[in-house]
Amino acid sequence: MADAGSWPSVLVAPAALLALAVLALCSDAVLDARTAGRPATPAAAVRPLLDVVRLLLAQPRRTPASDALLWRIGVLTAPTAAVLAVAVVPFGGHVVADLEVGVVWFNAMEALTWAGLWLAGWGPNAALPLIGGYRFLAQGLAYELPLMFALIAAAVGAESLNVGDIAAAQQGLWFAVWMPVAFAVYLASVLAFSFLGPFGYPAGRDIAGGVLGETSGVDRLLLQAGRWLLLAAGSAMAVPLFLGGGAGPLLPGWAWSLLKTLAVLGLLLWARRRVPAVRADRYVEFAWMVLIPATIVQTLVPALVVLRR
Amino acid sequence: MLELFLLLAAALFSVGLYGALSQQSIVMIMMGIELMIAGVITAAAALWHFLAPAAADGQVIVVAAVVAMAVEMAMGFAVTTAVFRSRDIDTADAAEDLKG
Amino acid sequence: MTAALFAVLAVLAVTGAVLVFRCASMARATFALLASLVCVGGEVILLGLPYLGVVTVLMMVMEMVVMAVFMVAYMMNPAGLMPMSMVHNRRGALTISGVVFAGLAAGVLLAPWPGRVGTAPQDTTFQAGAALMGDQMLTMVTLGFALLATMVGATVLAVGRGRYDRFGDDLSRPRPDDPAGGGVGR
Repeated sequence: MADAGSWPSVLVAPAALLALAVLALCSDAVLDARTAGRPATPAAAVRPLLDVVRLLLAQPRRTPASDALLWRIGVLTAPTAAVLAVAVVPFGGHVVADLEVGVVWFNAMEALTWAGLWLAGWGPNAALPLIGGYRFLAQGLAYELPLMFALIAAAVGAESLNVGDIAAAQQGLWFAVWMPVAFAVYLASVLAFSFLGPFGYPAGRDIAGGVLGETSGVDRLLLQAGRWLLLAAGSAMAVPLFLGGGAGPLLPGWAWSLLKTLAVLGLLLWARRRVPAVRADRYVEFAWMVLIPATIVQTLVPALVVLRR
Repeated sequence: MLELFLLLAAALFSVGLYGALSQQSIVMIMMGIELMIAGVITAAAALWHFLAPAAADGQVIVVAAVVAMAVEMAMGFAVTTAVFRSRDIDTADAAEDLKG
Repeated sequence: MTAALFAVLAVLAVTGAVLVFRCASMARATFALLASLVCVGGEVILLGLPYLGVVTVLMMVMEMVVMAVFMVAYMMNPAGLMPMSMVHNRRGALTISGVVFAGLAAGVLLAPWPGRVGTAPQDTTFQAGAALMGDQMLTMVTLGFALLATMVGATVLAVGRGRYDRFGDDLSRPRPDDPAGGGVGR
């Protein structure tokens, strides 16, 4: 069991999440610069941060007959969901909210992006963002069930829905080692719910930015931030679920949590550049025909192991 | 406190009933039914908490109500799709062949 | 604290419920319903059932987004840009639901509710799981069969193309003729 949440952790956790997201964004910019043949300097790294200033100052764009209220709600949902999701993730021994049902909470908060992105696509009353919103739903139908089974596999292995208990149950062997299918599906789903890389289809270039298309100024900043915050939250959650949490020799727990989170984040950033974009209609069939059976069989493995224990 | 929760449940149920009775669109009728089941969920959880928390029966009712919600949604959309596909209508008034 | 949370969630739940039938925009109506159902999930958490509450929220979010898709697909005026009325027998419905509420409220307030028997276990999630896998196994199996029947029935009803459309009149096509291809090479 992790320590119960104290007041400072309520502020520290979102700040740490934001720092991770910014770090991911900057590393991504460096990789971009290297791919483009530009020197990978600190200036290249902070380039996306200049966008923050630009977006804060930008003139807001309006569309006719937009549903401003729903649009705002949708845009706000993505970063809010990421911050709420990370509340149950133990960092070393510290956790904001040590919920009994932390895994389900994480899943519910991540599912909020369904509503958020559909609303962000619906709000501006424009065709291409709406297509982007629908694309995310199609993608959601594909990634959600395998993700649920991957989470269930970890929970069954630990016989608990508490994230701290799941981390503690991996003293001997990481779940990533003996539940590789669940781990891989989880990582793919993290990219899917942050709609990045191969799953960047809802905000694809072929539909002029999709859900991001008509947003401008602070709205665009929040939606983009939500994307990277969700990626960071998903990476942070992978550590207690599959990589033993803060357990490790020599270093304190928080340092191990941080190192492992950074490793997962690096892996996802690498995968984001390596794997081609996958269309939702193709991924749905793959997810339902291959991933769901595979994850169900994967869930059977810890169930049998727990029975024999 | 039990009475307050049950009053909330009754309010949700009645609002949902109003919607289910008064709306023409099949999808809106389903929204009314969802609200009615939400009332059932609230009532069952409250009865579990305030009357018999030692037994799991109240929780089982909540589970059953949640399943009823899912079944209602899936079948409702399937029927709407089938009706719309065959006759291009989406209101209950236009599909009253079974009316006695 | 609990009382205040209950009051806030209750007011939001009922407000959302009323807004469902007041909004002209179908998207707004759906998300008003979502807000209402999320508040119901909050009340369930408040009653000491964190698992069922969070699961309700999780399910309702996905369900309502799917509902929004169907609303937009089937309604003739999904954004509510041209106000129109889609109700019938409004007065009768109001009367019936008013009488039902009055009856329920009278029952709630007049019934001699017994006192609490026993105490809640430490882990209510475990209680529900143990019951569903033990004494209430029959309930669980029935619910499972109901869900399976729903999956099959809903698919049969909703699919517009049968196997003769996909595999040809004598079912001789080696690969089905589908409008959209899949991701596993079929």
